[in-house]
Amino acid sequence: MPRATKWMAPLIAAMTIVVGCGGSDQSKSPQPASPAAAPDAKKVDEAKAGSISGKVVVDGALPQNAAIQMSSDPACEAENKGGAAQETYAASDGGLQNVFVYIKDGIGNKYLFDTPTNPVKMEQKGCHYVPHVLGIRVAQPLQVVNADSTMHNVHGMPKANQEFNFSQPVPMTSSVTFTTKEVMIPFKCDVHSWMHSYIGVLDHPYFAVTGQGGKFDLRTVPAGTYTIEAWHEKLGTQTQSVTLGEKETKEITFTFKAPATATH
Amino acid sequence: MWLHRYAKLVALSTVLLIAAGGMVTSTGSGLSVPDWPTTYGWNMFTFPLSKWVGGIRYEHTHRLIASTVGFLTIILALWTWRVEPRRWVRTLGFLCLGAVILQGVLGGLTVLLLLPPAVSIGHAGLAQIFFCLTLTLALATSPGWRAPATRDSGLATRDSMLPRVATLTTAAVYIQIILGATMRHTDAGLAIPTFPLAFGHLVPPAWTPQIAIHYAHRVGALVVTLAILATAGHVFVHHRDRRELVGPSILLLAFVCSQVTLGAFVVLTGMNPVVNTAHVVNGALVLGASLVLTLRAYRFTGSRYTVHGSGFTGSPVRGFNEAEARP
Repeated sequence: MPRATKWMAPLIAAMTIVVGCGGSDQSKSPQPASPAAAPDAKKVDEAKAGSISGKVVVDGALPQNAAIQMSSDPACEAENKGGAAQETYAASDGGLQNVFVYIKDGIGNKYLFDTPTNPVKMEQKGCHYVPHVLGIRVAQPLQVVNADSTMHNVHGMPKANQEFNFSQPVPMTSSVTFTTKEVMIPFKCDVHSWMHSYIGVLDHPYFAVTGQGGKFDLRTVPAGTYTIEAWHEKLGTQTQSVTLGEKETKEITFTFKAPATATH
Repeated sequence: MWLHRYAKLVALSTVLLIAAGGMVTSTGSGLSVPDWPTTYGWNMFTFPLSKWVGGIRYEHTHRLIASTVGFLTIILALWTWRVEPRRWVRTLGFLCLGAVILQGVLGGLTVLLLLPPAVSIGHAGLAQIFFCLTLTLALATSPGWRAPATRDSGLATRDSMLPRVATLTTAAVYIQIILGATMRHTDAGLAIPTFPLAFGHLVPPAWTPQIAIHYAHRVGALVVTLAILATAGHVFVHHRDRRELVGPSILLLAFVCSQVTLGAFVVLTGMNPVVNTAHVVNGALVLGASLVLTLRAYRFTGSRYTVHGSGFTGSPVRGFNEAEARP
């Protein structure tokens, strides 16, 4: 017996250490922003800035979103009595919604941008993420709210930032920040397998998520030549090059091809 | 006799635990409870039933079954230590206990570290080893195992080939299970979405790490099936009157047939969680049947076994007989 005790001691010690360390959640701690700006970087002169606006459209008929079976959680089912569907495709007035449009290249490190301190809010409401797609700045707080009467876990799966997973067992708010730009970071709830959202993290303010009519608007953009990218969770990405003069307004349109068949 | 029955119960509970673990992975619920050993801050055993929703049901059930198996294993180790005269069997009891503790730690770590493939694969691999240990203990305490093996009684027949072939087969099955676990934990389960051909070819026309893992598992299935056919064929040809060898051989053949069928349906159903889990559990049964055949092959046909009676010369396996009993 003493011999068995001897070799089991390290195992028990290891388990104790693991138990003791459990529950730490580094990702929820605010991290300082570190957008690398050049020494001679300056603020954007808003008086001379222009804007890039436009629309994202779809060529063809979009598939129907897949229905969600919520019977595994009565609280979710009660919130969606009329039935629920995935949010993969959302279209209105011929435009595609939930497309993340942003300046991918061209901003470089020539400009200084203040890091917003006002939080961006993402709710878990009716067992859906609201909004489904959103943008945020590096080091800007993301408030994750559980507005449901059920339990959620919030699982962010970035590649460039630190992955995290924390619980929200009751209605509550947690805060998350990101240290590096990354497009896009998938979020999911492992309790409710249908819950997904996507967050674009950038070190500049030139991004938008298409809303009604698939429209977007990037304002106070300094003159220059830029690569604009439009990202959709299923239809992929498209890019366009835009050269913007001082005080100029440019209109662009992205056209995604609808997938052939199947529901999503 | 009661210890043998209890050891069988622990081995069966382990199969149930593997099934529960398979459901966790197959439903993607591994991180639905972000904390460990607590559950959403609750003590695991007081977590309210009303909160077992969505993926939590699978993960929390797995944790509770694991705790139960851990508790059963503590009793098994202590019981074996108290009543078992053979030292190697007593040691085996504590090996089971060590394995189940380590398995619990790995399970917790994989949750806290957000399912790193290496830890998750280790968790899956150790589950099978723990199952093998409990199965070995159940076999070693069985009346059939403890009966003297004698040439006169027909229980002992020299055949040095069968233990070797059976050992290789068991090793191949285990490697195949590890390949399968690697496939599950690297999201390679549908890397080749067609069956039986890979993208319409015998060999995939394009390669990624995930396609390579998936394809290796398919090739592994072929190798394991051939190994099992060879082992079972050897038993049917050379030991057809030996129930203790023919029985596990028939089981092995049945399990491998259903395993290949289930593997095909995992792909064809787009990884249906129930089919996927059945494939995992059946894989454990293939390993278990192969292990039982291997151990019995060593016990009853190997060149190194205990000899009672007259006229037969063989070298005794240390600790396999009552002469090795604790004073």
